[in-house]
Parts: sequence; structure tokens; C-alpha cells
Amino acid sequence: MELISKPNKQNLKTYLPIGTFFIFLGLLDVTLNAFAGIDISGFLPSKISYFFPIIIGFIGFYLIRVEFSGLRNLDILNKNINSNNFNAFLTLLTLYILIKSIPPLLNWFILDANFVGTSKDDCTGEGACWVFIKVWFNRFMYGLYPDPEQWRINVAFITLFALVGVTFFVSQKLKKYFILFLIFVYPIIAIKLISGGEFGLKYVETAAWGGLSLTFIISAFAIIFCFPIGVFLALGRRSNLPAIKYISIGFIELWRGVPLITVLFMSAVMFPMFLPDGTFIDKLIRVLIAITLFEAAYMAEVVRGGLQALPKGQYEAARSLGMGYWKMNVLIILPQALKLVIPGIANTLLALVKDTPLIFVVGLMELAGMIGLAKTNPKWLGMAMEGYVFAGLVFWIICYAMSRYSQRLEKRLSTER
Amino acid sequence: MNLKKFNIENKKIKNLIPQAITIAALISVIIYFATNAQINMGNRGIAFGFGFLNQEASFDITFSLIDYDGSYSYGRAFLVGLLNTILVSVIGIFFATIIGVVIGVSRLSENYLIAKVAEWYVEIFRNIPLILQIFFWYFAALRALPLPENAINFNDISYLTIKGWYVPKFIWTNFDIFFYSIMLAIISIYFINNYATKQREQLGKQLPTFTLSFLTLIIFPLITFLFFGVSLTFDYPFLKQLSPTVYTFDGGVSIIPELIALAVALSMYTATFIAENVRAGILGVSKGQKEAAASIGLNKNQILKLVVMPQALRIIIPPTTNQYLNLTKNSSLAAAIAYPDIVLVFAGTALMQTGRAIEIISITMLTYLTLSISISIFMNWYNKKMAIKEK
Repeated sequence: MELISKPNKQNLKTYLPIGTFFIFLGLLDVTLNAFAGIDISGFLPSKISYFFPIIIGFIGFYLIRVEFSGLRNLDILNKNINSNNFNAFLTLLTLYILIKSIPPLLNWFILDANFVGTSKDDCTGEGACWVFIKVWFNRFMYGLYPDPEQWRINVAFITLFALVGVTFFVSQKLKKYFILFLIFVYPIIAIKLISGGEFGLKYVETAAWGGLSLTFIISAFAIIFCFPIGVFLALGRRSNLPAIKYISIGFIELWRGVPLITVLFMSAVMFPMFLPDGTFIDKLIRVLIAITLFEAAYMAEVVRGGLQALPKGQYEAARSLGMGYWKMNVLIILPQALKLVIPGIANTLLALVKDTPLIFVVGLMELAGMIGLAKTNPKWLGMAMEGYVFAGLVFWIICYAMSRYSQRLEKRLSTER
Repeated sequence: MNLKKFNIENKKIKNLIPQAITIAALISVIIYFATNAQINMGNRGIAFGFGFLNQEASFDITFSLIDYDGSYSYGRAFLVGLLNTILVSVIGIFFATIIGVVIGVSRLSENYLIAKVAEWYVEIFRNIPLILQIFFWYFAALRALPLPENAINFNDISYLTIKGWYVPKFIWTNFDIFFYSIMLAIISIYFINNYATKQREQLGKQLPTFTLSFLTLIIFPLITFLFFGVSLTFDYPFLKQLSPTVYTFDGGVSIIPELIALAVALSMYTATFIAENVRAGILGVSKGQKEAAASIGLNKNQILKLVVMPQALRIIIPPTTNQYLNLTKNSSLAAAIAYPDIVLVFAGTALMQTGRAIEIISITMLTYLTLSISISIFMNWYNKKMAIKEK
């Protein structure tokens, strides 16, 4: 009679080993099945055998579900993954799918993948052909930038990272100058270095720029420009002066209402019509202007959110100290408002980085575009999977790092408690 | 006295100057652009105008919801593109909502594993550019599907191949009667709900509203099938041999891979944002609300339906509408994989053929702008209506 009663504290001693054994059996079955291809439940009808681990695991989880069992680990387990039948089932299903999907992924990524070689013929295994990435790596990073000149891009980026690193460690007083240098002076130096044409450097036209370095260049410049424009637009939208207010609103809503791809189309085919005949603005600069204005409108809305969230008392306090409009905004309002909207700013910047691949519509090729070019190369057909997985991974690392950093910044700058 | 007056006037002038400068700058920029555009168009011998919309388009579109071929006008091609944009947006919104709600709720699950898996879903798909996801599905995942002769067979009803997904075609007779019956059912459900609310408020009676509504929705259309001559048959796709080695499917409806890739990528990407909204919404309802509801004797379902959801939805809906709007705008990435949406058909092919950059880009942007602005006007109205009226 005791054996078929509900699991409780009294029969825990009998039920716990049986339940644990059942769960273990289920896990063993699915693991062996996935990794070694051995089916220990093969004697059962095929459909039951397929779901055998879930069924037997479910029974096991039912048997060990005892509230306040007195065993600390069992209680934690039950609370987190086994609080009721439905939860137990979900746990098992998740484990089942996870374990089943590990071997194929592992095989494709590493075990059956090819790492050595120089051409497609060296890819004999079933898995990914990472040779493709290896051979094209240079192009993916630098685009069509001539090989002997690539050190210039390297120098520009290494100097940038070194300067950013130094900025973190120098004293508060120097930090200001470093940041100003980084924002206003360094970009010009870097662009001169990369484009060349002076100081004995060979000129490299912007059409040859590409790959991941172009992603970084566009993101960096767009971020530097879109931030102040966004702040001005946000202030403009909250201005008391009707003309400025409505022009700001119109500008913001115009950009926010259309997809970036049409804006890029506009910069490519419509914008040249608006310039005097014969004037030519570089494609990269046109794209940069388009992306900057587009993201500035989003930035403006984020900053406006921060401005609106500030209590009125802050404005009144600043006014009562005799501050003018600009002094009040720069010293009192904006520092607080911007701090409030760090997550929003980070999201906008993330969106900007994620939007850079769209420049393919005007014929510029950053990382995703270069992969598109490489996979249509007759010698490397059928490499789309490897290429896009690689690009996805690279972008994922960049974006994930950015979002993590913004979360840390938000915590550090938070003045509450 | 004089000084005060002077100060006020001074301030007025001070306010006027920046506005005047801004307007003057704006106008001069517009005039500069307009004159240049006029000169440039004059040089190329094109006159500004929208008359080209009636000209014959003479290009084909691979996928269209309405009758279209090369002999139709550019205006018609625009309509085809617009409908395709709307189609993929609606499909995307539908699936993004379902995935988003499931993931959002899962992130708050008491089950540790489920919460972790949901969290990683969000972290992975949110941080990869949408265009890469579209490329991945189109160029990598869907290209791995078999050729028609080895199609993945779903019970002989539908087939998944590299050329697309073939599903049965619905062939209705008297579809209009069926449609009206659905309308009628929806109207009756509205009245049933009204009646149930009245009964509850006046007499304290609880009617099984959900069951009643559900039955109405089933019975009304069923009656039309039995008595009004509505019928539905299916046109199943079947394999056809074109030449000794080339096979294709005939009959049914073919869902092109471009549409599948775009819809999958859009809904999986947007779902991550919707999931975060759902999560924030549910977390935004304070615990005290649930406890208060429990203390006046509501059961678990009633708490969810009457107390938690109305408050959570107020937080969830505005940002989610924004996401729907983003999805619609993002559907323009279709141009990258040649799904014939408005950008590809109109701002791409039609622009190449006519060379009317200003007119075509303006129309395309205006279309999106109209969509966005009408939705944001609706949202503002909705927010005002739903805002908690504080005393």
C-alpha cells in the first residue's frame, strides 16, 4: 500500500533512490542516443522509444517531488525545476532538446570541420569549412584595401584602442583632454592615415574600404556626430520657440517614419539631383550623413525622454540661480537627463552598429557585404553558412559587449542609494 | 516703467531672432536644392510629374497577391509592392507576437532552465543584425532544403523544398456568405459579452462567457456550411516532371523562400524586443495588487484576467506597437534578398527603368511615413484613453 501512495516525507527513503534512478536512466538514454547512437530503449516500439527518456524522467521527477523534504539540495532542485507536473515536463523537454542538439552542432562547428588548407578542395569533412574564413580573413577585415597598405588601418585602430585604454587610467584632470582629443582630433588623424594622399602615403579611394574596419569607421563617425545632433534636436523639440519646436518635430518624425534603407537609397540616387551639376560628394560621406541624421532622430527621442523625466524643480532651481538657457541645460539638466537614459542611448548606438551592413544598397561592402562577395566567388560556392555564421558571431560579440558595458555604466553612474 | 517695457520687448526680439534665422536657413536650403534639381532634371530632359504612374511597367514581379504582369502600369506595380510589404509585415507581426509572449513569460518562469533558455534566446537574436539573420535563413538555411523530387513531405498535403513551401489552395464556393457569418458571430460575441457583464454587475451571476463565445464562433460558420451552400475543397500540390531530371510542383499555393526567410528572420528578431516588453509589463504590476486581489477572494485565473493583465497590458502595448512599426519598416530589408516588396519593386526596378529618382523615392518614403504617423496618432489616442486617471 505504501509503495503506491503519493510521495511524501515518510516514503521519501524509498522514492528518492527510485526517482533518481529513473531520471538518471532517462538522461543516460538520451545522452547515449545523441552522442554514441546507442538506443538502450530500442526494445520498445519506435514511437515510445523516442520519447522514453521524457516518460521515464517524468515518473522520476514525480517520485522525488516532496515539499519540505528536509534535504536542502532536493528542496532547491524541486523549487527550481520541478515545482509541478507541467514544470517537470518543460524541464525534461528542454534538456531533451538541448542534449539532442549538442552533437550535430559540435560536429559541424569543430569535430567534422576543416581547419587546414588553402582551397575549397581541402574541405573534405562533413562539417564547416573554416578554411573559407581563413583564406578570406584579410578581405573580411579590410575589404578591398590594398594588402601592402593595410598596416595603416591596423595602426589607426591600435592607436585608438591604446588611447582609449590610457584614458581609463590617467588622472581626472587629464582625462578631459584625452576625451576631447579622442573625439575632435583623433578621427581626423585616423581618416588622413587611412585615406592617405599626403605625407607620402598612397591614396586609397573610399570604394576600396570595406570589411569589419569599415563597420567600425562608419559606426564611430556616426556615433560621434549623431549624439550632439540628437541632443540639439531634443532640446529643440522642447523649446518654447514655436518655429524651432515644429521644425525639430518635423525633422525627427520624418526620419523616424521611414526605413533606413530608403534613406540610403535617397542618399545614393536622389541626393545627387539636389546638388549643382558636376559636384560630386564621396559615396562614403553621403552614407555617413544619411546614417547620422537617421540615428540622430532616434537619439533625440531618447534624450527627450530623459528631459521629460527630470522634475520641474531642477529647471526652476537652475533659473533661480540666474542661469541662462544654455548654462542651465549644459550644467544642470543634460548631465542628469543623459544619465537617466543610458539604456536608451546604448540601444540606439547598438541599433546603429547593427544597421551598418545596410550600406550594401549603395555598393559599399562592410563585413556582411564582403561575405556576400566571397560566397559568390566561383571557387568558393556554397560557403554561405560558414560566412554568415562567422559574421553573426563577430557582430554578436561586438553588440553583446556593448550592451554589457552599458549595463555596467548604468549601475556605476546610478546615484540612487 | 520704461525699463520694464524695454526688457519685455528685448526678450521678444531675443526670441524672434533665432527663429527667423532657422526659418531663413531652412527656406534657403530648400530653394537651393529645388533650383539645382530643376536644372539637373532640365539637363536630362525629364519633367517633374507623376504621369509615369499610368505608363506600362513592362517588368515582371515574381510574387503578387493581385493580378499583375508586365502590361500593367507602374501604379499597379506600386500596389503589388505595397501589398507584399503588408503581407510579410502581417505574418511577421503574428508570429513575433506569439514567440515574444511565450519567451517573455518564460523569462519569468519559476523553472530555472526555461528562464535561462529564454534569456539566451533574447541575448542571441537581439544582438545579431537583422540583415545577417535574413541572409542566414535565405542563403544558408533554406538553400539546404531538398530539391522538389526529394521534398520534405507533410502527409502528402504540403511539401517543403528549396524552391519554396507548397501548401494546398483553398477553393471556396460562396465565400461571401461564410465571411458574413464570421462577421455576424463576432457581433453576437460582442453582445454576449455585454449581456454577461450586465448580469454580473446587476445580479452577481457569472456566465460562462468564453465557452459561449467560442461556441458562437463555431456554430455560425457551421450553419452556413450545412444550409447555405458554402463549401470548401482543397487543391493539393503534386509533383510534376518537366524533363527527365527536372521536377516541380504544380497546383496548390507556393510560398516563395524569400517570403519564408524574411518572415522567419523578422519574427524571431522582433520577438526578442516584444519578449522584453512583456517581461517588463508583468514585472511592472506590483505584488501588492496580486495580494490585494487574492485577499478579496478572487481565484488565480480571475487575478490574472481582471487584475494583472489589464495593468500589464497598459505597460506592454505602447512599446509593442512601436515594435510592430519597426517590423514593418524592417521588412524593407526584403530588397536584399529580392523579395518583391515596395522598396525592391518601386524604389528598385521602377526607379531604374524610369530614372525618376525624386518622385519615386518621395512616394516610397511618404508611404512609410503615412503608415508610421497614422499608427503613432492611434497610439497617442490609445495612451490617453488607457492612462490611469489620477485624482
